[in-house]
Amino acid sequence: MSTESIANELPLWAQILVAALVLGGALIALLGSLGLLRLKSYFERVHSPSIVATMGCWLIMHATWIYFSVSGQGFAMHAFLIAVFVAVTVPITTIFLMRAALFRSRRTGDPVPPTLSNLVRNEPLEEDEARSGETASEETATEPAQLRN
Amino acid sequence: MRPWFYWVLGLALLMLIAAMGCAVMRLLKGPHAQDRVLALDCMYLNGMLIMLVMGITYDSTNYFEAALLIALFGCVGSTAMAKFLLRGEVIE
Repeated sequence: MSTESIANELPLWAQILVAALVLGGALIALLGSLGLLRLKSYFERVHSPSIVATMGCWLIMHATWIYFSVSGQGFAMHAFLIAVFVAVTVPITTIFLMRAALFRSRRTGDPVPPTLSNLVRNEPLEEDEARSGETASEETATEPAQLRN
Repeated sequence: MRPWFYWVLGLALLMLIAAMGCAVMRLLKGPHAQDRVLALDCMYLNGMLIMLVMGITYDSTNYFEAALLIALFGCVGSTAMAKFLLRGEVIE
C-alpha cells in the first residue's frame, strides 16, 4: 500500500487517539441518525441530528487535525474551518426548519408542542377566542399535545 | 500503519453508512415534507463526516475540500427548502 511509508512515521499514541476519536464520532453519528428514524413525532425528531452536527462533527474534526498534524507538514488548522462553519450554520437551518414545521402543523391542525410564553398562540386566532383572555388560550394551546400523549 | 488502524477506520465508515441508511429510510417514509427536509439535512452531515473519515483512510487532504463544499451547500440547500416550506417560494 502506498500509505505504508507515511504510516510508519505516525506514533502509536496518535494512532490510538485518532482511531478512538473517529470511532466515537461515527458511533454518535449513528445514534443521531437512528434517533431520526425511531422517534415518534417531528418535534422530537428535529433534535436528534443536532448531536451529529455537534459531537460527531467535532470528534471527527479533532481526529482529522491530529492525524494530519502528526503525519503531515506542520499544524493542519483547516479542519477547524468545517467545524466552525457547521457550528454557525446548523442552528440557523434548524430554526428555519422548526418555524416552517410549526407553521405547517398549525395550518393543518396537527398537534404541536405547548407554547413557552403567553405571547405566542398555537391555534389559529378566532374571533370569539381572541376576546376570551389568556387562560382560555392556554387551555386550547396545551390540549392537542396532551391528546397526543 | 498497523492493520487495526484501518480496521477501525473501516468500521467507522460502515457505521456512518448505516447512519446515512437511517436518514434515507426517514427520507423515503417521512410523513410530512419537513421530515424529508430534515432527513436530507442529516444526510448532508453524514456525507461530510464520511468524506473526512475517507480523507484519513487514504491519507489525502483532497477530501477536505469536498467535505467543506458539502457543508456549505448543505446549509444553503436546507435553508432554501425550509424557506420554501414556510412561504411557498424561495425568493420573494
